[in-house]
Amino acid sequence: METWLLIALVLMVAAFGSFRGKGRAVALADGGVGRLHSLPGYHGAFVALWAALPALAAFVIWVIAEGPIIQSLVLSGLSPETQALQQDRMSLVLNDIRNIASGDIASRSPSPEIQEAADRYKSLSAISTYAMMVLVLAIAAAGLWLAQGKLSVEFRARNNVERIVSVIMISASAIAILTTIGIVLSLLFESWRFFLRVPLDDFLFGLEWSPQTAIRADQVGASGSFGAIPIFAGTMLITLIAMIVAVPLGLMSAIFMSEYASPRARAVAKPLLEVLAGVPTVVYGFFAALTIAPLFRGMGESIGLDVSSESALAAGVVMGVMIIPFVSSLSDDVMNSVPQSLRDGSYALGATKSETIKQVVLPAALPGVVGAVLLAVSRAIGETMIVVMAAGLAANLTANPFEAVTTVTVQIVTLLVGDQEFDSSKTLSAFALGLVLFFVTLALNVVALRVVRKYREKYD
Amino acid sequence: MTEPAHSPDTGAGAAASPASGPKGINATDAEEAGVRRRYRAEARFRMYGIAAIAAAIGALALLVISIVANGYSAFYQHTVTLEVEFDEAEIDPSGARNADDFAKANYTALARNALKERFPDVSGRRDRRALYGLLSNGVDLQMLNMVRDDPSIIGKRLPVAFLTSDDVDSYLKGFIDRDLPESDRRVKDNEIVWLDALEADGLVETVFNISFWTQGDSREPEIAGFWGAIVGSFFTLLVTLAISFPIGVLAATYLEEFAPKNRWTDLIEVNINNLAAVPSIVFGLLGLAVFLNFFGLPRSAPLVGGMVLALMTLPTIIIASRAALKAVPPSIREAALGIGASRLQVVTHHVLPLAMPGILTGTIIGMAQALGETAPLLMIGMVAFIVDVPGGITDPSTVMPVQIYLWADSPERAFVALTSAGIMALLAFLILMNTLAVVLRKRFERRW
Repeated sequence: METWLLIALVLMVAAFGSFRGKGRAVALADGGVGRLHSLPGYHGAFVALWAALPALAAFVIWVIAEGPIIQSLVLSGLSPETQALQQDRMSLVLNDIRNIASGDIASRSPSPEIQEAADRYKSLSAISTYAMMVLVLAIAAAGLWLAQGKLSVEFRARNNVERIVSVIMISASAIAILTTIGIVLSLLFESWRFFLRVPLDDFLFGLEWSPQTAIRADQVGASGSFGAIPIFAGTMLITLIAMIVAVPLGLMSAIFMSEYASPRARAVAKPLLEVLAGVPTVVYGFFAALTIAPLFRGMGESIGLDVSSESALAAGVVMGVMIIPFVSSLSDDVMNSVPQSLRDGSYALGATKSETIKQVVLPAALPGVVGAVLLAVSRAIGETMIVVMAAGLAANLTANPFEAVTTVTVQIVTLLVGDQEFDSSKTLSAFALGLVLFFVTLALNVVALRVVRKYREKYD
Repeated sequence: MTEPAHSPDTGAGAAASPASGPKGINATDAEEAGVRRRYRAEARFRMYGIAAIAAAIGALALLVISIVANGYSAFYQHTVTLEVEFDEAEIDPSGARNADDFAKANYTALARNALKERFPDVSGRRDRRALYGLLSNGVDLQMLNMVRDDPSIIGKRLPVAFLTSDDVDSYLKGFIDRDLPESDRRVKDNEIVWLDALEADGLVETVFNISFWTQGDSREPEIAGFWGAIVGSFFTLLVTLAISFPIGVLAATYLEEFAPKNRWTDLIEVNINNLAAVPSIVFGLLGLAVFLNFFGLPRSAPLVGGMVLALMTLPTIIIASRAALKAVPPSIREAALGIGASRLQVVTHHVLPLAMPGILTGTIIGMAQALGETAPLLMIGMVAFIVDVPGGITDPSTVMPVQIYLWADSPERAFVALTSAGIMALLAFLILMNTLAVVLRKRFERRW
């Protein structure tokens, strides 16, 4: 609540600054606004920006730094015995302190020490909030006052404002880079912690995946082995099935749409295919689990096949349906960019339409189509909800599409949903899987984009 | 572009020539057969194309039909009307009409008394329990709300329409066949006898499922609602929009209008294209590692969900905005520059307003994508079971697709219908947003 109030106050100071700056510029001009270097509005904007930006920056820094500082202050006040606790026990103690401070029920009745720490936590947070409000408002006022002092008839307010705006725009563009860096660093960091416990070659080439680590040494079925080969194999199996569905259907739809369909048929069919791309994946997942999997199971039973109810087939087929519009719109684009002169030449030799397509258009568009398929593969590998809802959980090294297999994304979800201890190999392994997923899809995309671009240059 | 007008019309020719076309002047029979074979191949190829599109559209139709067939029944419910004694001794023993005391009463017992009165000859623990099982577990809340709304009913005897439990409801909807052997049915013989008696008295009614549109989640399918998820989605999208729209437009404007052509700009561009293709779940891992563990932001909150989705939709918005900015003809910029505007003035006064419809269309499409996204939100804990409707961006909440995922995982039969109903609601919102985008494009986008 205080946060919103503070932001509103800062914005009000900025609005006031804008008003003051404008008024002052008009007063400086002494009736002839033409004497000013910049329009009065720019003087106002200059003051407003100087009032708001430093204050908001201070606010963001304070909010980020506040938590860890209060935490370490509270912890340093605890008794040496408590401080010597293991890290996971420590986070429990911290949780208790936080819960008591916010008035919730703690996991057990608090000891006097914890109670005292909670009180200190509470008072420190209150002090921090008020200190932050005072500081941020002071910075806003100081910015306003300093900026206002700079105003004069010759002051280049417009150039200054434009310089600030361009810095803001450059930082907005840099967010894309920051996101990538954030992804790579967070994945690398957590994976590195994982590979400290599990050797890299065990992970990449091991044949057994059972991430349940034993709590007691004599526990059964909790070997804690992290061989990811069955997961990679499962991912590839489902992706392969999806591609077997999506590539022929998507490619044929694109051929029909770009070479045969009348404008009216295209106007109906194209949006319908795009609807297929707009359906949320969770809907496909439900559809796969509820309708397609039992359907395949029933069909398998009727011809004497044993089809698992979480078969790779059901998940793969539904994923293929999801990817059809992706393949078809990309191949549609590349086929449309094949020059008409190639087609005309083929027709002039007496080829029929299908012969032209098969022997002229498709070979010419092949690099683009391959790029489209690679992008589709990367989409299939990274797809999560369909496999989470319709594929299996247990790692199973098989090439039989009627059995249940698991995928990289399924494992990431099952490992990270629910309990959140951040120092077990189990949770950390999800980040190692994420790292593999990120780099594989990245490589596929880079290759695909390069293939597509190279091909485009040939004809443009 | 291949315009049909430019290409020879073999589509129609293929159908006509092999059968009735004139025989070529010097064609031998073998050549004639070859031409026929080629035309047959042509027709076959065309059929493959039609079959492919038919298969894709058929899959879409199957999906829609199976969702609607499973889900329509969740939009109505059955109630049983019983005479209930709002016993003053139970609800308000002190007689002070103190609203805080009302919650302490045992309303379930009052509802059960009403059932016992209606069926006085039911005896034995097991039969009694079966009898009580006719009503939903939410009856106590329903009665409490009645008393809170109007304390004057305390001490009176009123007919109350109680929701039936999920099994009884699906029996009344006709999903449980009464001719099955009793052991295979979730609704037992004696329950059917009681329901028949109530139905004969006209006490069983079909009502619109209001709680679906007004309540949060629940373990009981008959009172579980989608409203909490709708509100959660609203807050999440609000955060996403507040972050990704300004940043996206600023970045697109910079890259399209100001950026010098150098390696730094190239790097940003390659980055944005690659981010657009990163699997969504990786953004979830980023949110978990950075926003939750490093910055210590609250779990399950729309704030964090919105931030993750904002990073995810940013490339979409930037790419669409750049396309819209590129579509504004250079003559507009040159005219403004020519009369002495600065480059920023050119952009803010002329280019951006002209590109705005395209930018907004791209933004709505990005928001629709974010609305349907599930996987990254699972990573940051928006998958918790949350009963309360969230009241702000830091309250724990869930969103529509995650609620659908949660319900799809629930064992009770009635949740299948709820899941499908939730999917219909989600699809309705998506259709609404996409229609808005299309209308915006049709109505305001200028082509030069």
